[in-house]
Amino acid sequence: MSDHLKREDSDKAAPRQPAEAGLGHVMGVAGGLPAAEPISITAALQRLPQDLESGPFPDLEKRLRSPRTMLSAILSVTTGAMAVLAMVPLFSVLGMLIYRGGQRLSLALFTELPPAARMPGGGIGNALVGTLLMVGIASLLAVPIGILAAVYLVEFGPDTKTAGAVRFAVKVLSGMPSVLAGLFAYAAVVLVTGQYSALAGGVALAILMLPTVLLTAEQAIKMVPQRMREAAIGMGATQAQVVCKVVLPTAMPGILTGVMLAVARAAGETAPLLFTAMFSDYWLTRNPMEPTASLAVLIFDFSASPFANQIEIAWSASLVLVMLVLLANVAAQLWTARSAKM
Amino acid sequence: MNATSAAAGLTAPHTNGHVNGSVVDVELKALYYGQFKAVRDTALSIKKNTVTAFIGPSGCGKSTVLRSINRMNDLIRGFRFEGQIRFRGKDIYGKTVDPVAVRRHIGMVFQQPNPFAMSIHKNVAFGLRLNGYSGNLADKVEQALRGAALWDEVKDKLKASGLALSGGQQQRLCIARAIATEPEVLLMDEPCSALDPIATLKIEELMQELKKKFTIAIVTHNLAQAKRVADTTAFLYVDTTQGGRTGYLVEYGSTKQIFDSPREKHTQDYIAGAFS
Repeated sequence: MSDHLKREDSDKAAPRQPAEAGLGHVMGVAGGLPAAEPISITAALQRLPQDLESGPFPDLEKRLRSPRTMLSAILSVTTGAMAVLAMVPLFSVLGMLIYRGGQRLSLALFTELPPAARMPGGGIGNALVGTLLMVGIASLLAVPIGILAAVYLVEFGPDTKTAGAVRFAVKVLSGMPSVLAGLFAYAAVVLVTGQYSALAGGVALAILMLPTVLLTAEQAIKMVPQRMREAAIGMGATQAQVVCKVVLPTAMPGILTGVMLAVARAAGETAPLLFTAMFSDYWLTRNPMEPTASLAVLIFDFSASPFANQIEIAWSASLVLVMLVLLANVAAQLWTARSAKM
Repeated sequence: MNATSAAAGLTAPHTNGHVNGSVVDVELKALYYGQFKAVRDTALSIKKNTVTAFIGPSGCGKSTVLRSINRMNDLIRGFRFEGQIRFRGKDIYGKTVDPVAVRRHIGMVFQQPNPFAMSIHKNVAFGLRLNGYSGNLADKVEQALRGAALWDEVKDKLKASGLALSGGQQQRLCIARAIATEPEVLLMDEPCSALDPIATLKIEELMQELKKKFTIAIVTHNLAQAKRVADTTAFLYVDTTQGGRTGYLVEYGSTKQIFDSPREKHTQDYIAGAFS
């Protein structure tokens, strides 16, 4: 690295001829060569005002009413208040969910099928399984693509046109409304296979996960210190070995955080599933090419239902979904903390 | 060495051009970064089981020369090398030579300690695993850590992260990592510049031990250090007369000769100036 910097320095210095002599001069002094005319620091210092102590003693008192102190106090109070305010939505939603959804929390909720209109009881078993399945399919698609693409962006072709195009495309994709991901999967999978399916839902969710996975992985890989790569190369590692044995393991906690964020987002998405996976009132069969239930769509359907039982189920489903996301986040945190100690 | 030699592209040691026990012969005509000529006319031979120091003012290309001995500069875009660097008689800039194989025989210790973000054991075992070493890793790791005078300090925490060590310990870990694969030559690019005096002293003592087994080339800004550790010393200087800032070898000889009776004016001035 230092070589690189030195070289850039010299590159910049080379065309500037007049500065050249000066630089060489300083170099000469540093290198111990006799300097032609010494730069007189003493002379420069003598031009400064003499005897600073003779003036009046400077004002060092703390004044609570001075505008400076007030502004600083106001700023610290305001920012603190806003920080607390930012937590209010999460905790109020969480409180509401626990209050309304907690009532139906039981084993039956997880093992039974959603209740039909006017029926008592029931659960969200198939929707929970469906959500897990589709998020699984989406991760299987988005995580390898995202990580490998990020490796290319950082390690193999950071300055290529391809890399520029990929970065641009992914940033656009990350701002794309999720309905459009659903529409794409509808056109690409549902229309081609002729039916709503878990696979189509998975593809739609994968499109939403991809930008998050890719961009966070790129950042995480960039954060791996260059000198670790140099160390590995200096020992005779090939580029593939540098990536697999040093870069990816070192970046893994950051990459994992991105994956968890993406999973959390995908698990809660409703719009892209509405016309890809649809919904199902039955258990999943072995065949992933059938309409599949999901927590998000169940919540969407039942929350608008006129029947009290279904509304209660929707609340419970919301609580389960939030808990699922929370659990995934905590798991990722723990995993990251553990691997950081290694 | 068994697995190492098999994995390397440099198979049978070339003995032709093997000048009186020298392991590395540098015959650098010119070294460019893009249009910029960084170093010119530098020729020297590094003898087996010695420490050779590269000294000179900043920007004189001493690190650049060192790093071309295991082709680390290949990573820098625009790098071009004219001349030869022979490792046991074979030109490592030859067209058929794989730089990866070169680096497995010519190890490197960097200015900043750069352990991997993994356990101490894994750090040391890294190179062995790269070479597909299948023997007893624990033994090899212990041997390397002992060789780097670090074993007693870390033997109870081999599973702890290499990054949790102090700066001096990290640098010795990097040395252990480098010597674990038993390279023949060990290049050290200002290995003590980020360390405190006590850690520096330890590394210097270590070098005296290491040279019994390896051949060492070190870049240092610290003339006293060169005087303490090196058997031979190369003094490089910057030539600004031709417009650019090109480094070149001014004088090369035994450390005693370079410091006590330098032949060149530049060497005299540099050594005298830095001490006064």
